[in-house]
Amino acid sequence: MRVALFVTCINDTLHPDTGRAVITLLERLGVEVGFPEEQSCCGQPQFNTGYRHLTEPLVRRFDRAFRDYDYVVTPSGSCAAMVRDNYPRIAERATAEGRDGRELAEAAARAVPKTYELTEFLVDVLKVTDVGAYYPHTVTYHPTCHGLRMLRLGDRPRRLLEQVKGLELRELPGAEECCGFGGTFAVKNPAVSAAMGADKVRAVRETGAEAVCTVDNSCLLHIGGMLRREGAAARPVHIAEILAATEPDARKPAGTEGSPR
Amino acid sequence: MSGTYLGMPAFPAAAASSTQDTRLRANLRYATHTIRDKRARAVAELDDWARLRAAGAAVKDRTLRHLDHYLEQLEEAVTAAGGQVHWAADAAEANAIVARLVRETGEREVVKVKSMATQETGLNRALAEAGISAYETDLAELIVQLGDDLPSHILVPAIHRNRGEIRDIFRERMGRWGRPAPEGLSDAPNELAEAARLHLREKFLNAKVGISGANFMVAETGTLVVVESEGNGRMCLTLPETLISVVGIEKVVPTWQDLEIFLQLLPRSSTAERMNPYTSMWTGTADGDGPRTFHLVLLDNGRTDTLADTVGRQALRCIRCSACLNVCPVYERAGGHAYGSAYPGPIGAILTPQLRGTASELDASLPYASSLCGACYEVCPVAIDIPEVLVHLRERVVQGGKVTRRGVKTVLKPAKGHAAERAAMRAAGFAFGHPGVLRAGQRLAGRTRRLHPRRLPGPGRAWSDTRDLPPVPAESFRDWWRRTRGEERGK
Ligand code: SF4
Repeated sequence: MRVALFVTCINDTLHPDTGRAVITLLERLGVEVGFPEEQSCCGQPQFNTGYRHLTEPLVRRFDRAFRDYDYVVTPSGSCAAMVRDNYPRIAERATAEGRDGRELAEAAARAVPKTYELTEFLVDVLKVTDVGAYYPHTVTYHPTCHGLRMLRLGDRPRRLLEQVKGLELRELPGAEECCGFGGTFAVKNPAVSAAMGADKVRAVRETGAEAVCTVDNSCLLHIGGMLRREGAAARPVHIAEILAATEPDARKPAGTEGSPR
Repeated sequence: MSGTYLGMPAFPAAAASSTQDTRLRANLRYATHTIRDKRARAVAELDDWARLRAAGAAVKDRTLRHLDHYLEQLEEAVTAAGGQVHWAADAAEANAIVARLVRETGEREVVKVKSMATQETGLNRALAEAGISAYETDLAELIVQLGDDLPSHILVPAIHRNRGEIRDIFRERMGRWGRPAPEGLSDAPNELAEAARLHLREKFLNAKVGISGANFMVAETGTLVVVESEGNGRMCLTLPETLISVVGIEKVVPTWQDLEIFLQLLPRSSTAERMNPYTSMWTGTADGDGPRTFHLVLLDNGRTDTLADTVGRQALRCIRCSACLNVCPVYERAGGHAYGSAYPGPIGAILTPQLRGTASELDASLPYASSLCGACYEVCPVAIDIPEVLVHLRERVVQGGKVTRRGVKTVLKPAKGHAAERAAMRAAGFAFGHPGVLRAGQRLAGRTRRLHPRRLPGPGRAWSDTRDLPPVPAESFRDWWRRTRGEERGK
């Protein structure tokens, strides 16, 4: 089984710890993970803002970078959803516009079936829910919109979290509501985005949990930014970092190593 | 808020002020959450909901593909049943036809049952200019009209008002339009309903002309269908001597068998009822029963242009159930008025810029009035992929492209004000296409990280007004990999 990490541009640049956590976790589970350096961005920011044609070279690049692998694992629900939902669509639209979309369609056909969001890969491919993690904290889980509605992750992340030793999972009120990030939405409609974020942060604080976790750092960027601005105690943590944590890590005070959010 | 959408500010500006309105947000939150929970329960009762939804979408798509055929069939059937059909290319034409038809009856007052199409065309204002008073009879529409307000929801036009506000509106305004509110009216729902009933009864009994919309039109028999909860619609449809129905051309369904699907999808999605309390159907005219004269005004107003767009046309499947509004986190905060059209919420964000075009700043801002969370698509009973159309329309706004306007194919120029964004997207595209460039940029960001502001300049400022940026890490993942693993496994 040849497995590649698709780290995504946001994680690569802003959250390298998440990528490192995926490597640690998968290697602990006996999976050898490669990182093809040819990879870059899934194209989601361009696609969602209306620059579909700029995503076409990224579809080709994705295919080239991961062609030699059986699985592509990414710690980002929205990037996995971008590949699975939109790559075929990008090829279709190119064809509809009278350009030859065949090469794009082939690239999409190769990319789609092997691209997995991390928790999907663990539960569906590796068939594990107990990854041997230890995280002695109270945690609340926010199911991101793309994880929830596009990938249909269901209870996979929760099943993984429930097996983490020391972790107490707290129910997040209104969990299914969007946090208000939405990529460029946060910039184009700042007032509504902030109002949505404020409600999400209030819900997180209500749980009293020490950490809020998701399968996507982009939502955490938004939620964490608001938590920090409000001086709230809860901190944003990517699920990969929780699942990668083991007992020896716990001796270091949490959240002090690597890049704080 | 006065009775027009023209001159509305763009969505972000309108929404920025409405999000500050705490009473509005509380009213909306309460109402949308109540109805969305009820809807979820009503839908969960049916184990074939997914199949019904697919069937609804399929019937609508098939009908839209052969719309010309079904409309002609409808016209023939309506005419054969004693009705008259009028075709209106746009709002002005529709309003002129209706005003002429009313004038021909010699009347100066009409009763109306809630109709989105006439909201879309601004009929009431046009009639007022022609010296004709139009009285809304749907309870929520009545509240909106009395309050000199605009509807803000498809199903519950006065959703932004609470009971206390409604009581004040009834007390202060009812008298000006007819029978005043009873002395000492309280905000108890039954008292409010009774006040409206007495006020409206007078209107129904005097009206000689009724104006309605329709939820569906059945092509095979020329039958129009209105579903409602109050029975006021049925009064409007049966008591007047002349009935004028103004209906969008996309509301046609081929057969009664097709109708069956929608009569299941609509009530559960909109009011969370298993069946709506009143389903009224009328076919032309009948001796000794209902209106003597029946006119059907078929409204295009951008619909055939929308049909020409292979991605965007799915918006025409909409059956106006309003489920997408009730789950939309943006609608909940911004309120319906911010969308600046008769169609608020997610469906408005994709329908309005197609019907009206994207030339105005407001219309160009609507495709961005969404975080693309996908909740609207999930609840839509006819499976309109609203996020897909939003992104498609964003493309039209920033890139321009081929569109059909008034039946003529044209090429749109990109909307103004997106040049910086376009340049940034291209630059990002270049970096993502050249991982070496990306790496260099990351290294530069890492090395200068102490200099980074915690708040952003320019268009990002509003974002960082309410959120703190995370610090940029010293080393990107890519560099970490190369440093620690590169020799053995990387390239
Ligand atoms: S788009 Fe769908 S959910 Fe929204 S009003 Fe129309 S039919 Fe209902």
